[in-house]
Amino acid sequence: MSRRPFTPKVITANHLISGDVIYWSADSCWVSAHADAALFTEQDAADAQFAIANAQQQIAVGVMLADAVMGDNGPEPVHFREEFRATGPSNYFHGKQAEIASAGA
Amino acid sequence: MYHYNDFDRAFLNERNAQFRAQVERRVAGNLTEDEFKPLRLMNGLYLQLHAYMLRVAIPYGTLSGAQMRRLGDVAAKYDKGYGHFTTRQNIQYNWPTLSDVPDILDSLGEVGLHAIQTSGNTIRNVTADHFAGAAKDEIEDPRPVAELLRQWSTDHPEFQFLPRKFKIAITGSPNDRAVTKAHDIGLRMVRNEAGEPGFEVIVGGGLGRTPMVGKVLRAFLPKADLLPYCEAVVSVWNTLGRRDNKYKARIKITVHENGIEKISELVEERFNTLRPQFSGVDQELLADIEAHFQPPVWEASDTGVFDAAYATDPVFRSWVDTNITDHKRDDHAIVSVSLKAHGDTPGDATTEQMHLLADIARDHAYDELRISHEQNVILPHVKKSDLPAIFEQLKTAGLGTANIGLASDIIACPGMDYCALATARSIPVAQQIANRVQELGVEHDIGALKIKISGCINACGHHHVGHIGILGLDRAGVENYQITLGGDGTETAAVGERAGPGFAYDAIVPAIERLVLGYLDLRTDPSETFLATYRRLGAAPFKALLYPEDAKHAA
Ligand code: SF4
Repeated sequence: MSRRPFTPKVITANHLISGDVIYWSADSCWVSAHADAALFTEQDAADAQFAIANAQQQIAVGVMLADAVMGDNGPEPVHFREEFRATGPSNYFHGKQAEIASAGA
Repeated sequence: MYHYNDFDRAFLNERNAQFRAQVERRVAGNLTEDEFKPLRLMNGLYLQLHAYMLRVAIPYGTLSGAQMRRLGDVAAKYDKGYGHFTTRQNIQYNWPTLSDVPDILDSLGEVGLHAIQTSGNTIRNVTADHFAGAAKDEIEDPRPVAELLRQWSTDHPEFQFLPRKFKIAITGSPNDRAVTKAHDIGLRMVRNEAGEPGFEVIVGGGLGRTPMVGKVLRAFLPKADLLPYCEAVVSVWNTLGRRDNKYKARIKITVHENGIEKISELVEERFNTLRPQFSGVDQELLADIEAHFQPPVWEASDTGVFDAAYATDPVFRSWVDTNITDHKRDDHAIVSVSLKAHGDTPGDATTEQMHLLADIARDHAYDELRISHEQNVILPHVKKSDLPAIFEQLKTAGLGTANIGLASDIIACPGMDYCALATARSIPVAQQIANRVQELGVEHDIGALKIKISGCINACGHHHVGHIGILGLDRAGVENYQITLGGDGTETAAVGERAGPGFAYDAIVPAIERLVLGYLDLRTDPSETFLATYRRLGAAPFKALLYPEDAKHAA
């Protein structure tokens, strides 16, 4: 079985209490913006950090790796599902998009 | 309606206290997520894309004014000021935090609401005709039987770890408004030759990955035999049902693989064993429950005010023509309040709207409300003379949309905007279709049309039984929408047929537009509905509307 070549990834989860989408940063802590996530370009580093992140059961639920690419302001999602997770729903200005707007205001 | 007795209340309080302790242990780190997840699911708490989601049951879709008021209070205090009514007659809160959920459950428990068995491989919330107890065509109010089924199935020791979830729907009218043919067990009240009421028992219907129209297992079951018979059905399936493959576990597959004759034989055999064990206790219980469902003390009323408003006010008349259904009493009416204002999210209601509906129910509707599987709110008993005033009140809260049963009365599941299982969005597709038919000003001309949208193959949006069904899929990382045609969720149930290749997100609304405008040219006259036209002509002319390029090549 040939392994598929590794594509760059971020580590993401939901926060245990609030349920908010969170990302694993280069400082090995959870942050709220996709752009502040650490982007792993190698399998070994991703696996090692995933193990650490996944051990934080009291903070994070459903820890997983998700494809991402480097953009102008940091990592950006590849799949539309991750785009919605990083932004919020499209029918109301709720979730991350509202958080980001109020933080910027 | 059914009021909780001390036993029910104590049971609920204990369940809520247990869950509060489980949440505390999870937060303190004494339970892992793997241990906690089944516990929270048993209490209706899911983790979705952006947040937790709490699913609260509204058994057989019936609410009192006080319960509706509390649903609105919870939305304001613990959520973002709204709730989402679903096709399973539940309400979902999209933004609760884990730490608030025990308080929410206590608050709901105070008015007899809960989130038990809204998840897991159990017998789920029993759904019923949303016009139950009010409809002119009804034989009997089916809700006492639904309540009996709820009490029987709640925490039933044999049925906590079924092969898969199990859904029962019930209607007391021959005209099926409860989609009984798409449930594990569907119960449709009919009369036998002697004129006695009983049930046609339908089994093995379901949507999802393998959509199937249920089959008749018993053409007539006397009312008194219902519980032992249902227990026999569930029991036979519990033994035969496939636990090896979750996609083959539902009873529809068991029926399909074993054949309806074999299932019928086994059920009758099991029923004969079980029936003597029931010894009539269930019938005493039913009699007791029936006492809770006595119709209100009707207030007779003169319809003069109504008749005058209907004759002179065209806006009111249009609303009456679409949103009002005949009540069993001539001086009363059933009001369907549309939660489908053009461009809004189907099934969403704000706290203000829920509070207004609670007030109207208290003041003008004998304190009763219903939630329909079509994601609208019903005021089942309203004096016709009150209709003009109610319509004015509804309009102030954005609840006066006259579109029940029309193209913009769309069922849409939460889809990729909320649901962790989704493969594409449903809500914005529904919003855009509704806006478009309004812009074109054609929906009253189009007439009866059911458009139903699901954001994945699980089919919570009932797309298979939509006259036009839309299924959102993920095709190589892009949203893609498949259309099915000719589905029907009533007593003439049919699963829609796939029309052809899917459409991209920005092509789906124009495709639907071609379909509905093209239908106007295909029908014989305005009385021939979309579905009737489809049944008369078959799929070909509709496919030509959807895929004009192919039609050109073929020509
Ligand atoms: S149909 Fe799929 S996307 Fe829609 S609510 Fe059900 S599981 Fe979620």
